[in-house]
Amino acid sequence: MEKKIAHFTIDNKECTATTGVSIINAARENGIFIPTLCHYEGVKPAGSCRVCTVKVNKRHLTACTTPVAEGMEIEVDTAELNDLRSSVIELLFTEGNHYCPACEKSGNCELQALAYRFGIMAPRFPYQFNERDVDASHPKIYHDHNRCILCKRCIRIIKDEKDLPAGSQGRSIFAFNQRAKKVKIKLDDRLGKELSDELAQKAMDICPVGSILVKETGFKTPIGQRKFDKEAISLDNSINLKAMKEAHHE
Amino acid sequence: MTTQEIHGILDKYKHDKTRLMDILYDIQHKTNYIPMDKVDIIADELNMSSADVEQTISFYHFYSTKPRGKYSICLNNSVVANMKGREFVAQAFKDELGCEFGEVKDDIGLFETSCIGMSDQEPAALINGKVFTNLTTYRVRELIRDMRLGMKVDDMFANTFGDSMNSSPLIKSCVRNSLKRTGPILGQEYIPGKTLKKQVALMSPQDVINELKKSHLRGRGGAGFPTGIKWEFARKAKGEKKYVFCNADEGEPGTFKDRVILTEKPGMVFEGMVIAAYAIGASEGILYLRYEYRYLRKYLVDVLDKMRKNNSLGKNPGGIKDFEFDIRIQLGAGAYVCGEESALIESAEGKRGEPRNRPPFPVEKGYLGFPTVVNNVETLIAAVRIIQNGGEWYQKLGTKESTGTKILSVSGDCLFPGIYELEWGFTVRTLLEMVGARNTQAVQVGGPSGALIGPEQFDRNVCYSDLATGGSMIVIDNRRDLLKDVVLNFMEFFIEESCGSCVPCRNIPTLLKQKLEKILEGKATNKDFDDINNWAKMMPINRCGLGHTAANPIITSLKNFRHLYRERLKKDIEFESGFCLDDAIRESCEFVDRIPNI
Ligand SMILES: Cc1cc2nc3c(=O)[nH]c(=O)nc-3n(C[C@H](O)[C@H](O)[C@H](O)COP(=O)(O)O)c2cc1C
Ligand code: SF4
Ligand code: SF4
Repeated sequence: MEKKIAHFTIDNKECTATTGVSIINAARENGIFIPTLCHYEGVKPAGSCRVCTVKVNKRHLTACTTPVAEGMEIEVDTAELNDLRSSVIELLFTEGNHYCPACEKSGNCELQALAYRFGIMAPRFPYQFNERDVDASHPKIYHDHNRCILCKRCIRIIKDEKDLPAGSQGRSIFAFNQRAKKVKIKLDDRLGKELSDELAQKAMDICPVGSILVKETGFKTPIGQRKFDKEAISLDNSINLKAMKEAHHE
Repeated sequence: MTTQEIHGILDKYKHDKTRLMDILYDIQHKTNYIPMDKVDIIADELNMSSADVEQTISFYHFYSTKPRGKYSICLNNSVVANMKGREFVAQAFKDELGCEFGEVKDDIGLFETSCIGMSDQEPAALINGKVFTNLTTYRVRELIRDMRLGMKVDDMFANTFGDSMNSSPLIKSCVRNSLKRTGPILGQEYIPGKTLKKQVALMSPQDVINELKKSHLRGRGGAGFPTGIKWEFARKAKGEKKYVFCNADEGEPGTFKDRVILTEKPGMVFEGMVIAAYAIGASEGILYLRYEYRYLRKYLVDVLDKMRKNNSLGKNPGGIKDFEFDIRIQLGAGAYVCGEESALIESAEGKRGEPRNRPPFPVEKGYLGFPTVVNNVETLIAAVRIIQNGGEWYQKLGTKESTGTKILSVSGDCLFPGIYELEWGFTVRTLLEMVGARNTQAVQVGGPSGALIGPEQFDRNVCYSDLATGGSMIVIDNRRDLLKDVVLNFMEFFIEESCGSCVPCRNIPTLLKQKLEKILEGKATNKDFDDINNWAKMMPINRCGLGHTAANPIITSLKNFRHLYRERLKKDIEFESGFCLDDAIRESCEFVDRIPNI
């Protein structure tokens, strides 16, 4: 089928992209960066963090889940939207317990990098000091719930494919547990015990923050020499955009 | 429960993981909880991980992986319940049992739950899923005594069955219908199957849709989407199969009209589903019934059986060629958000009730990925009347842009709570007179997600273009402390019922509630008002309607009852730290034997 081209504007700039791709990708094709957090290219978007919220014809929509269409007028880089994005990041800092200086992911953390990008010095919301625990019961990984931002990347990406009947989807090794404020990631007891080194490493890599850590390897690269220590998060270096480029390459 | 029994249940649902809700229900129902070792078996048999099965279990209020007691009491904690003396009933339960809420004592569990759809007969509780209404402290003692004697829950009713069909052998419940005013939809005689056989059978699907469009009927579940247009979308959508859902999740605090419709006119609801199915080309239908209305299930199943025998369901309903349609009932398990149509579908697929991202919309990709129409109970019975009497007839009722009637659930501080069917366009004042309200301070229009309005707005019209409502009308008289008794409770409701996916919906209502508590303690300053208004601006970026409206209790009351907030304001200061330094360091000072001396 012939691919249809959509004409639309982003912040009044005329753009084109294939109809139906997500606004995030459409923006990228036109050299425009929309900050994201829960999004990970190649897996179904979750639309849960709301960081990529844009305005389409005056309505708030998430750029990761909304396909681009002919005639859309999209707002991305406006004071209102940037303030909303910053608020989301600030909420995540006050909801969890993030002690960046002591965190193994510092410098490679997307949450921290976005906080730098938005110039957040102190959150506008009061810290909640929610009680959260660290689960060290699994042989391969630590799971620090203090840092989890509930982006669901681990749920969506890390799957168990062993001994599955043909045609069925992989089992979720990570899952949501509970709801509302109590919602929490649960690593399956049995599958967690059997986790391969590769999957453990992958889980740590895709986690945007320092919530999933492979045991005994935390500080391989010293703080100060890590990715976002050197440059701001952008179109070129955010983890999930890199993954997207690789996916494109394949 | 033995492993063999679990396998029996899994076999019953053909090892289909999309039927996980039913599998869990059967187990929970039998053993009052779902033990973790059984979770592992279910997971293995369904090719899922245990964490995934637990994801579903832990989402729903009425499922549990821990024992809930041989008797499990869930006492409603809604605003209306509190108005009707819930506090004393709650205390009586605690005293009799010698335990707190959230605990199990002597194999009797005591829990709280959100509105159970009995606002006209509060205080009310569910005991092992059976509804007990109009509770008194004396009745509580009786009930606990009966439980201690090991009596069956069914035998505890003691001949106090409710009116109408509530006393029929298939329901046997003490619930009352409180029909106070009927109109053309509820009041006219209904002859089962007649509209389908005598009228729909002679119409094309497009004729049906055209009639609906002519009527200008809009969805009665809250969002108000034009029903004819929704059906037309679904008719045009491509799909091997199509589905019709009836949304009977009715979770908005203060509403109970769907419960009454399902008791009074169940056949009409199902006939509405058949008509929708014919119009869009669907072969299967699901009535999603909230767990709290479980006591109606047997009765509804019986109605469906009769419809099959009367040729209104199954092969060629109404004698229509090339048309096959059947309906099953899906029980929920306690989650307000499941009333949101895409969460409803997720739940019916056996998952946690998390609303989906849109697009795609259910009419394009709904249940199991097939085009699906979701309609409210009331919308479906209105559709039957529209076919029966014509779209033109319906369009003449109500106002120009809000056609037809609205079935209201009225509760709170009034003499005659119950169900009222009125043509759209009446004023709040008219309604208040009708229901015997005195000294009314405020009315919560449309439940917590709607608006709290005061006397200066009682002349507004209830209709889509002015004051819209899904049906809940809570009357509040001047004895109540609006902020403490009403707004705070509603905020707690939304905090509890968020699915927890979107960052703002998971956090902002809690922060707003903390602000409200600060206001109630008399510690707030002007800055707190600004914070409330500014922070609430994040709510429109949430994914679903719950998140969009979860700040409404505080925002609409701040707008319409500003004086109540101002009265509690700390006047002469700009900033209040919100905590006491002395208190904060007391413990550590005591530990080192020092007196706090800041
Ligand atoms: C949080 C939330 C709860 C809802 N609860 C219900 C409900 O209990 N019953 C209902 O019919 N619609 C409910 N809705 C609206 C549904 O999403 C949907 O619009 C409706 O079922 C469509 O049917 P209608 O067009 O006949 O109104 C709810 C929406 C939200 C956001
Ligand atoms: S553990 Fe990491 S990847 Fe998983 S939800 Fe939490 S932050 Fe996201
Ligand atoms: S707005 Fe709230 S309830 Fe709706 S999807 Fe988001 S978190 Fe869930």
